[in-house]
Amino acid sequence: MNGPDGDIAQRYRKHTGRKNTYILSGTVLLFIILVLSISTGPVDIPPWEVVLTLSGQSISHRWDSIIWNIRLPQVLTAIVAGAGLSVAGVVMQSILRNPLGSPFTLGISNAAAFGAAFSVMILGAGTTHSSISDAVTISNPYITTAVAFLFSIIVTVIILAFSRFRGVTPEVMILVGVAMGSLFSAGTMFLQYFADDTELASIVFWTFGDASRASWEELALMTVIVISSIIYFTMNRWNYNAIDAGDETAKGLGVNVERTRINGMMAASIVTAVIVAFLGVIGFVGLICPHMTRRIIGDDHRFLITGSMIMGALLLLCADTAARMIIDPYQLPVAVLTSFLGAPTFIYLILKGRRI
Amino acid sequence: MILEVNGVEFQYQSKEVLRDIKFHLKKNEILAILGPNGVGKTTLLKCMNAILKPKNGTILVDKEDVLKLEQIDIARRMGYVPQRCEPARLTAFDAILLGRMPHIKWNISHEDVMLVEATIKKLHLEDMALRYIDELSGGELQKVGIARAIAQNPKLLLLDEPTSSLDLKNQLEILNIVREVVKVENVSAVMTMHDLNLAFRYADKFLFLKNGTIFAAGSMGDITPQVIEEVYGVPVTIQNYMDVSVVIPV
Repeated sequence: MNGPDGDIAQRYRKHTGRKNTYILSGTVLLFIILVLSISTGPVDIPPWEVVLTLSGQSISHRWDSIIWNIRLPQVLTAIVAGAGLSVAGVVMQSILRNPLGSPFTLGISNAAAFGAAFSVMILGAGTTHSSISDAVTISNPYITTAVAFLFSIIVTVIILAFSRFRGVTPEVMILVGVAMGSLFSAGTMFLQYFADDTELASIVFWTFGDASRASWEELALMTVIVISSIIYFTMNRWNYNAIDAGDETAKGLGVNVERTRINGMMAASIVTAVIVAFLGVIGFVGLICPHMTRRIIGDDHRFLITGSMIMGALLLLCADTAARMIIDPYQLPVAVLTSFLGAPTFIYLILKGRRI
Repeated sequence: MILEVNGVEFQYQSKEVLRDIKFHLKKNEILAILGPNGVGKTTLLKCMNAILKPKNGTILVDKEDVLKLEQIDIARRMGYVPQRCEPARLTAFDAILLGRMPHIKWNISHEDVMLVEATIKKLHLEDMALRYIDELSGGELQKVGIARAIAQNPKLLLLDEPTSSLDLKNQLEILNIVREVVKVENVSAVMTMHDLNLAFRYADKFLFLKNGTIFAAGSMGDITPQVIEEVYGVPVTIQNYMDVSVVIPV
């Protein structure tokens, strides 16, 4: 029965090598779509000229201005937000041992949206306008993020408290999340209604997330937080694999399960908070992308975290590009599209019980 | 002595679960912890690798006090196999590789991979090495759990009811694996068990718990029908059949 030394190891390396190939192909695809996405819009720019402009060669002033000031920030925002939400979803699913977990389904997104609205309306961290395209200007992104984080933490703590009860099914945990989500979205509307009833446009700001809203400064803050959290999650990839095998197995392997769970939820919440504060609620990305990735490369977090990051970036970038093209010259908020994709997936997951 | 347990007490929300637990185990021995449901067998096993913290007492593994070690250092000395391993979309190889976790810093090395391969071959799991564990049967999953604990390179294996949900063939296979590992790898094992006949067949030492403490302990010669009757409340006789002691309720 015993084969030669190294035969299983070799087959195993081939198996993991394939996962790296998927991740690499995803990255290449992401770059291609990035270029195509920048080249499409009310004014079409040839893809090759997009590449040249991005590499620092100026083709024309007009192209420079459109690419650097309008399209690149939006495209990068979609990539960073997609990657962040997707990775937050992966981690939540693992540490809560709940395949239905994600920032949106657990109500954390809506709590962050309420926090951001609260900081702008009550604490004066920004101003509201009555135009749909630019309903809210955030003057102090740090305060907005901090307050959004504070409220998302409230939900996180409640979710963590529930997860400690024995016998709480994944579905019940999600119902708690739905309750929290409705509570905070009602809170957001309440705030906006009383802040200034002529500024109706700002009501939709946080309810329909849109990648075209972020400024370079906001994008920078988002990027720093998303990248730091991905580094943190990657450092914990073995811990998440161990927790997937069950709490007791993980403890037997030397993992501090409680600490990993609390810190992971905190990190996932701050990622959610910063994205939602600047873009609004973008639902289901954190649910669909991890499951698509699990299907392709499995549950091993050594590959799943990077894979989901790429998948989230890809999905939100595609959705955002599509949202710009569907009713040209108008632009749909990208959250409308992700919800169209996400709601059926969510129902499918509930029916299926585990994974796609 | 590989394991010395002294005066261990455990409380769960001010309710006393275990008291005055004292026993020891030599190298290359298998100890079976026996007793009725809810008597604290699993609790005792979890106390031994500090998954649960005992209120009092000491647990020495190879002369080191477990309760003073970090969880990761405990994991380098003891492999714990829970009653049920959760399936995930990981290959059996990945799942066993997890056993190297307490020994790695940032990433696995060539040696880790080769050690996992050797473990797989030792346990004859070649056929399932690259299968996903969410497609394995209960018995196969249990073998993966044991392989993971062995990949930890422990001095002591702790197994919580390793045969509880398995059919006869798998029960024997699992316990044969444990016995072989104990013999070849120079480790000792502690298992909680329900099936007295399997325990008598595979373990060297026995420990009967009753009302949260040790009622009787020793080797096969020390176990009388009276002990079993006192512990389980069922009159039994112990017969010898082809050098194996068999318990028969009467």
